[in-house]
Amino acid sequence: MDIWALLIIPLVVSVFIALVARKNEELSSYVSIGAVITGFFIVLPYVLKLPGDPNMHPIEQAFTWIDIPGLKVEMGTLIDPLSIIMLFIVTFVGSLIHIYSRGYMHGDPGYSRFFACLSLFIFAMLGIVLSNNLIMIYIFWELVGLASYLLIGYYYEKPSAADAAKKAFLVNRIGDFGFILGIFVIFYATGTFNFIEIEQHIAAGHVSSGTLTLAALLIFCGAVGKSAQFPLHVWLPDAMEGPTPVSALIHAATMVAAGVYMLARTSFLYAAAPDAMVVVAYIGGFTALMAALMALGQKDIKRIIAFSTLSSLGYMVLAIGVGGTGAGMFYLATHAFFKALLFLGAGSVIHACHSNDIWEMGRLYPKMKATAVTFILGSLAMVGMFPFSGFWSKDEILSATFESGNYFLFAMGVLTAFITAVFMSKLVAVTFFGEKKYHGHPHESPYVMTVPLMILAVFAVIAGFAGFPGLEPNFGSFIHTAASGLLEHGGRGVHAEHRFNFMVASLSTVVVLGGLVLGWTIYSRKGMKSDVMEEALPFTYKLLENRFYIDHIYDTYLVGWLYNGMARILNYIEVNIIINFVINGMAYFTRQTGKGLRLTTTGQLQNYAFVMVGGVLVLMIIFAAIF
Amino acid sequence: MLTISHYLILSFILFSIGVAGVLLRRNIIIVLMSLELIFNSVNISLAAFSYYLQSLNGTIFVVFNITVAAAEVAIGLAILVSVYRTRKTVNVEDLDEMRY
Repeated sequence: MDIWALLIIPLVVSVFIALVARKNEELSSYVSIGAVITGFFIVLPYVLKLPGDPNMHPIEQAFTWIDIPGLKVEMGTLIDPLSIIMLFIVTFVGSLIHIYSRGYMHGDPGYSRFFACLSLFIFAMLGIVLSNNLIMIYIFWELVGLASYLLIGYYYEKPSAADAAKKAFLVNRIGDFGFILGIFVIFYATGTFNFIEIEQHIAAGHVSSGTLTLAALLIFCGAVGKSAQFPLHVWLPDAMEGPTPVSALIHAATMVAAGVYMLARTSFLYAAAPDAMVVVAYIGGFTALMAALMALGQKDIKRIIAFSTLSSLGYMVLAIGVGGTGAGMFYLATHAFFKALLFLGAGSVIHACHSNDIWEMGRLYPKMKATAVTFILGSLAMVGMFPFSGFWSKDEILSATFESGNYFLFAMGVLTAFITAVFMSKLVAVTFFGEKKYHGHPHESPYVMTVPLMILAVFAVIAGFAGFPGLEPNFGSFIHTAASGLLEHGGRGVHAEHRFNFMVASLSTVVVLGGLVLGWTIYSRKGMKSDVMEEALPFTYKLLENRFYIDHIYDTYLVGWLYNGMARILNYIEVNIIINFVINGMAYFTRQTGKGLRLTTTGQLQNYAFVMVGGVLVLMIIFAAIF
Repeated sequence: MLTISHYLILSFILFSIGVAGVLLRRNIIIVLMSLELIFNSVNISLAAFSYYLQSLNGTIFVVFNITVAAAEVAIGLAILVSVYRTRKTVNVEDLDEMRY
């Protein structure tokens, strides 16, 4: 029952704020924060029980929602290690970000609306995590998209924010269309939406491998949209138009990870469809590398972190694709901590400098020590420096990739790690050290903002030890058991056991160190006012700054040609065929007929009488002829 | 000996005169009178058939017809008088306001 409360409370709070507490900002923020903290304490007992019981039996509670012959849809919750870990991340990071928002959003005209939307988001996100079937996950999937839309477009009076919200929503729709088709394929093949039942059907070998591959690829479309993988990654950087806590909560820590979570939830499907896994792995690896490169060319602090998020999501998808579901979820967990930390730190910096451009900051370290220290810790975790959390999780992904034999993907992953180290050290060097370029008097943020930063920093540093190789049971073992026995003896390229690979670990450490040193030596030089890369490699820089012109290509070809072209054709059809021919033609015909018939209305009484008599005569002749 | 045919022929002649009057005469009073003629030609054939078939139905019908026709003529004449007062004409060709 407590699990249902977990789901219902944020919804009730959201409605309460929207309908009742709208005018009372204090009350709105308190009930919203209260709801998510209550959720955290509901989840906590499950989390604490987990290490003692890694093979826990999934707890499923469901009631039938729709029951017609041939179709049964449930509303239900599924509690297993996978969902417990995700619930913990959502409620824990969510709580800290709610608290932080109290300070960050202070004095904003839409304060209550903000908290109403945040609670709606928490409701929807918990719904995704708890779902025990595909239809329910899809419903909450869309609800999360709605919350994301509302929050990206929070500053709706700003055209760029409104456009970004629309873009996010529409790009996600493309992926979701594939997702729902995938759900249909699965239903067609197995006759059920329930995860456990689908898994049993697949394990029993009732589904042909072609169908499985098709379903897996279609469902992956949903993850490509939500987790912003190439080619649908374009919405995520623009989503940074929303308030910074939103970027941290939705577009870094939780919602974008929903795609990865959903892949982990359906990992039995991917284990049985090795061909689909190859696609997943390559899309993930490619996204990781591409996004890291794009991050090199950015100036906006939030955009740099946004691209690093893209890159991290690519890593997670790569992990799923090479069969390392545990590694992917582990990275998701640590990523939630350090990426939320980085975004909140960035928010604190923006709050102080009133600018997003890192070249208008510089030497902030003496002014805001707490933010700077936590940010640096977060960055070290992000680049995967030993012994921070990112090191352990990234290493698991790299070893999983290496052991699966995909050396090309492994090389991409290592290269990504190197580039990440370069741009993160650049970010830290330019923002907190280097030349003083800011205007005004930046000052440290209030405690309501810095305390969540510190808590997150602690987790960003130590969370990695949950996956410490010597620890038994460690993080990976929960997920492996969660993803069921299928993974162990699934298709090729699936590796359930990821032992600590010393060679991979030392290689990634060396690469990361190299990247850090390179980035630091270039960007910590004195007197630097703008990016040296812009002068040294103008063409490359331009390419990266414009994100390989992918957005440009979409704008020109998809929007410009396809969309506008279709609009033009439809416009032509509408104007010329529907309006001119059908509608106006009908009107013309009616008018002409009327004009003709009008001539008979002479007003002459005797004309009418004459026609009548004539008619009677004609009828008489006809009757006479017949009888 | 008068047979049913004589009555019907009489009725037909009266009817034809009535129709011709309605169609050809321009004076609205004559048109109204021609209508009455048509009416009474029908009454004649009804009475003739009533006698021929030895059934009272036709005769009863005729009585009703005459009553209704009397009422109708009263209304018709009243309208005519009213039309004449406003239009100062009894020519049907001039009464063509109900046209497009």
